[in-house]
Amino acid sequence: MSESSLHGHGHEGVVSSHTHEAHDVHHHHHHEESFISKYVFSQDHKMIAKQFLITGMIWAVIGGLFSVLFRLQLGYPDMSFPILEDIFGKWAAGGRISNDFYYALVTMHGTILVFFVLTAGLSGTFANLLIPLQIGARDMASPMLNMLSYWFFFLASIIMFSSLFIQTGPASGGWTIYPPLSALGQATDGSKLGMDFWLVSMAMFIVSSLLGGLNYISTILNMRTKGMSMTRMPLTIWAIFFTAVLGVLSFPVLLSGAILLLFDRNLGTSFYLSEIVVKGEILPNEGGSPILFQHLFWFLGHPEVYIILMPALGMVSEVMSVNSRKPIFGYLAMVGSLFAICILAFLVWAHHMFVTGLNPFLGAFFVLLTLLIAVPSAIKVFNWLTTLWRGNLRFTPAMLFAIGFVSLFISGGLTGIFLGNSTLDLHLHDTYFVVAHFHIVMGVASFFGMFAGVYHWFPKMYGRYLNNNLAYIHFWVTMIGAYLIFWPMHYSGLAGMPRRYTDYSNWHSFNQFAGMSRFISSVAMVVFAVQLLFLFNFFYSIWKGRKVTSTNPWGANTLEWTTPVNPGHGNWPGEIPEVHRWAYDYGKDGREYISQIEPVGANESKH
Amino acid sequence: MAEVMSVQRKRIHPHKFLMWVAIGSIIMMFAGLTSAYIVKRSQVNWQMIEIPKLFWFSTLAIILSSVTVQLALKAFRDRNIPRYKQMIIFTAILGAVFLVMQFIGFMQFSKMDIRLIGAGSNASYSFLLAIAGLHALHVLGGVIALTVIGIRAMSSRSKNYSSVPVEVVSTYWHFVDILWIYLFLFFNWMK
Repeated sequence: MSESSLHGHGHEGVVSSHTHEAHDVHHHHHHEESFISKYVFSQDHKMIAKQFLITGMIWAVIGGLFSVLFRLQLGYPDMSFPILEDIFGKWAAGGRISNDFYYALVTMHGTILVFFVLTAGLSGTFANLLIPLQIGARDMASPMLNMLSYWFFFLASIIMFSSLFIQTGPASGGWTIYPPLSALGQATDGSKLGMDFWLVSMAMFIVSSLLGGLNYISTILNMRTKGMSMTRMPLTIWAIFFTAVLGVLSFPVLLSGAILLLFDRNLGTSFYLSEIVVKGEILPNEGGSPILFQHLFWFLGHPEVYIILMPALGMVSEVMSVNSRKPIFGYLAMVGSLFAICILAFLVWAHHMFVTGLNPFLGAFFVLLTLLIAVPSAIKVFNWLTTLWRGNLRFTPAMLFAIGFVSLFISGGLTGIFLGNSTLDLHLHDTYFVVAHFHIVMGVASFFGMFAGVYHWFPKMYGRYLNNNLAYIHFWVTMIGAYLIFWPMHYSGLAGMPRRYTDYSNWHSFNQFAGMSRFISSVAMVVFAVQLLFLFNFFYSIWKGRKVTSTNPWGANTLEWTTPVNPGHGNWPGEIPEVHRWAYDYGKDGREYISQIEPVGANESKH
Repeated sequence: MAEVMSVQRKRIHPHKFLMWVAIGSIIMMFAGLTSAYIVKRSQVNWQMIEIPKLFWFSTLAIILSSVTVQLALKAFRDRNIPRYKQMIIFTAILGAVFLVMQFIGFMQFSKMDIRLIGAGSNASYSFLLAIAGLHALHVLGGVIALTVIGIRAMSSRSKNYSSVPVEVVSTYWHFVDILWIYLFLFFNWMK
């Protein structure tokens, strides 16, 4: 197959506008796309973004449903739900969720939400959608790799999904899959075939993330349109750029750790295993170190939480500036703080390991570095608040979610300061305090960033609006619900209530929280139902939503709003526009907004 | 527009850049593995490893292949296509020879009564297998890439004058070569 036909005509579009020297031969076919090449094996970044988003949504429903199931157990440990037995059989014998099932549910909930929804679904969607549109490129550096990135994600999804139907159940040693538990099939059913599926699926997922990340980085650095210097890029692109750098440098290390774990599981090696007796059987493994796995895992695992959060940071900045009709406050400080977070992300992994017997002297350094993250985080919060300050606020659904994000980022971030201290962590480690912390700051906050993104760019994706009334219901119930669910968990966590137990009713110290737990479970169900309402709104609006009539419905400056309402493959029908200014000229010289493509006027004031 | 082009022309081709970032990513994977090795080495029950003599020859083969791939690239730029084809095939063969020698080298361990995996294996040798095995997989990928561009050069149907694919493959090939030299020195020093 020749070079040019391999890359299809989408790539030719890129080549024709960017690197004439590289390809002497040009094919400009404008044939009708078939259903398969348009919707399935598409190389158009916008279609790939939609594929990531919708796959992510399916996973979010599955992962969310799992949390409803285990919340049912936690809230009503003494009740029996016969319907569960009808559906899940032996996993819910007598209408109660069995212990093995409970662990499988929490493990899969974590895996699905962290990787499949908030990594692939969030950065996969918005990196693909926004990078070419906002930097002024016809497509990604390599549309082919971009397509492969989605299909590796799809393959990972298929493998992970099929692991749910294995007789011995899916992986159930927690999403962090610590050995020795995860390495020894004889220890628990959840470490049998399900664990191998988990590892193979994650290997595919890592390949997908790497292919995507490579593409994001090289597209941002090499394919910006004329005039789009790095410091004129919208903050979304900066955030996605640092996210991709984190992913490309940290995911391979997880792959290393996973490969060694596969060796230990299947080839009888002793990387992580040493002197273990399981069910009376003495294992031959000697000299391994389970702590080694934790180092390798958290070297990815910590950057991973920023991989999840940073795209949200970028989108919130963009949405907030557009809807405050004000320039983002401290653009360079925003970029600098993203950079600082990116660097610090690699230097704090051992704060997940304070109670593993880590040398306390070493721990002190990790405490210091961890607490340093408060500095760039505080800069960001300050800049968001000052962007809002005396702004001409438009409370669109996207804006509400952006403001909600800041609220969650503050309240979840503050508890990070507690947990980052190794002395306090001795008490708080593995309690509900941790659950509350990371769900608010990483889980719900990133979801809010994602919702802000979906509500803001839906008109660009589908040429229609989402329904505002449903959106407002979605926002308020989710916002209030998130606090009602996770705020009380801080109290039980401070009281020392450990996570990962199915039933606390026999535990005298934690009996007092039974009512609270029931309350949390009820709210969780309501919040889950409202997410289904959002999905209804999403799919209904794709076909029946109010049509977008103007190319720039939000009055925004960035380049994606200079394309037609439904941009074709290649994004701009004519030449790619040239950029003359940064992305945040709002409310300048008496004008509401000035698009990036407008040349700087002679009498214009400096920004 | 002419100005745009001249600006764009100075930039590195996206595919080449893509390869450099990918190399950075692969480096991180091996950095992870070799630092795990160092951590593990300082703990109890570590067996000194002995590296098969054959690995010296495989090292020689892969260094030689770096020379041939460079000659292939030069021949392509000089539009000396027959020589380019020759050198690409030569490189692919040297790559295959490297892989075969690595394989035989690992087979020799069983003769030396050293277990790489399973009961009685020591983590040091398992590391050697895992790390060198992963490296071999990367070399295999390179051999496949060389074969693909070799076949493409043979086919009379497509004429391609862009040196980008050749440059990308040769960059990768030099990288797996240097990576092996690093690993080889690493294993020799960090027994």
